[in-house]
Amino acid sequence: MNAAERAVVPATAAEVERAVADAHRREWTFVLAATARVAGDFDLAEESVQEAYVAALGAWARDGVPERPGAWLTATARRKALDVLRRRQVLRAKLPLLVEPDQVEPDVPDEVAVPDDRLRLVFTCCHPALAREAQVALTLRLVCGVSTADIASAFLVPEPTMAARITRAKKKIAAARIPYRVPEAVELPDRLDGVLTVVHLLYTTGHTAPSGGDLVRADLVDRALHLARMLAALLPDEPEVRGLLALLLLTDARRATRTDAEGRLLRLEDQDRTGWDRDAIAEGHRLVLDAFRTGRTGRYAIQAAIASLHAHAPSYQATDWPQIVRLYDALLARWPSPVVALNRTVAVSMVDGPAVALAAVDALARDPRLAGYHYLPAIRADLLRRLGRDAEAAGAYRDALDLVDNDAERDFLTTRLGEVLAS
Amino acid sequence: MTQYAVLIYSPAPADPMDLTPDYIALLDRYPAQVAELGGQIVTGFALQPSTTATAVRGDLVTDGPFIEAKEVVAGFFVLEAPDLDTAVRIAKLNPATIHGGVEVRPLFEPPAE
Repeated sequence: MNAAERAVVPATAAEVERAVADAHRREWTFVLAATARVAGDFDLAEESVQEAYVAALGAWARDGVPERPGAWLTATARRKALDVLRRRQVLRAKLPLLVEPDQVEPDVPDEVAVPDDRLRLVFTCCHPALAREAQVALTLRLVCGVSTADIASAFLVPEPTMAARITRAKKKIAAARIPYRVPEAVELPDRLDGVLTVVHLLYTTGHTAPSGGDLVRADLVDRALHLARMLAALLPDEPEVRGLLALLLLTDARRATRTDAEGRLLRLEDQDRTGWDRDAIAEGHRLVLDAFRTGRTGRYAIQAAIASLHAHAPSYQATDWPQIVRLYDALLARWPSPVVALNRTVAVSMVDGPAVALAAVDALARDPRLAGYHYLPAIRADLLRRLGRDAEAAGAYRDALDLVDNDAERDFLTTRLGEVLAS
Repeated sequence: MTQYAVLIYSPAPADPMDLTPDYIALLDRYPAQVAELGGQIVTGFALQPSTTATAVRGDLVTDGPFIEAKEVVAGFFVLEAPDLDTAVRIAKLNPATIHGGVEVRPLFEPPAE
């Protein structure tokens, strides 16, 4: 044992519990990813890692908390996984008629793990052969170490449903032999886009909880930020990773001001800009500049640039709207999504006026992909209100109310409906 | 190596006698492409058109394929490949994906223990 791994001083039970909880939060991904490579099977890896965390409680109380808890946990979890594999091999050797025993003695290099293992884990969980909802669930379970019960409650599904979803996905990975590796360079852009989509989806699910009482589900938002940071550290040359991290930071910088003291939704123009997190905005802005400097800007970097313009504007009126419209044009060229086109109309209304924007919204209303999307009638209602067409605005607010699930957004729309009806 | 069934879906009735010369030329090149990507075709079959199929559900016997659809199973082959990424790469080169599609599905192996 070298000096770096030698334990410090024996610790109290409370200190040990804190150290283990800390190691769970910080090192879970690292430990699981490194163990999975040896175990060759996520169930065995998870079981071994969980046992290692339990073993840490006793061992660290006895010997002190190791200098590098992640290394200790990884070594312990890998040993447990290898023990199980050896037992299975012995069992198979005793029953030679059943199958040819697999070669299960994996190479265990002396160094504990390469950082790549975490990337392997992320890319496997977000493999395109898995359904998006399975990718999201697996990422939370395996990459973030969130319990199945907590994932179920975050997505408002019963725990057995979520457990079945995760089990099915793991079974597919094993049966269809989805490889545990980082994609090759030619596939990387596509595969990375899938990973970023999952992280972004986690963030947006937390940012505007699809239903229920709270607008923001902070745990999901924090997980998404943590994942984006990890990916930015592991893939420093990918501008879209920086773009996503920037987008999340710049959007999240406004978290405290998105609702008032009663939990009611505040529009961007009504938010208290002094309450925005300036550190997060500064960091996000630096990342946007980095991403644009590469000359390989993608949709996340462009969206982050839009968010950065908002974050730096002294007021809603004094925002650089023409530049935002230009960024939306660039975004649409790369990502022709009707939702992007719809968001662009808001910026257009600030440059060319609500009438021009309304014509664009009405054209988009014919797109079947936006049917049922409550922001379309909500934006339409706001434009009509600004044009003084209150009766039509009321109708559009009612359309939006029919489609919205989140309580904070519902309250907001109801209040606006009341205002146009009163005027 | 894992074995996958690659189920080939083509526009109904998927008559192999109607295959165009272009399609047949692509099929002729296919085994070499499979080998180049690190896979191997273990066995494969083409089927008569779906108009020759007979479906049996419980006691009911009906003319036609089991599921009525625009695309029907036209054949299948068993592919041996190191992992799903390789199998999918190979599947993407199959000419059936131009007007129809393929399903890649691992063969069942009874558990060892």
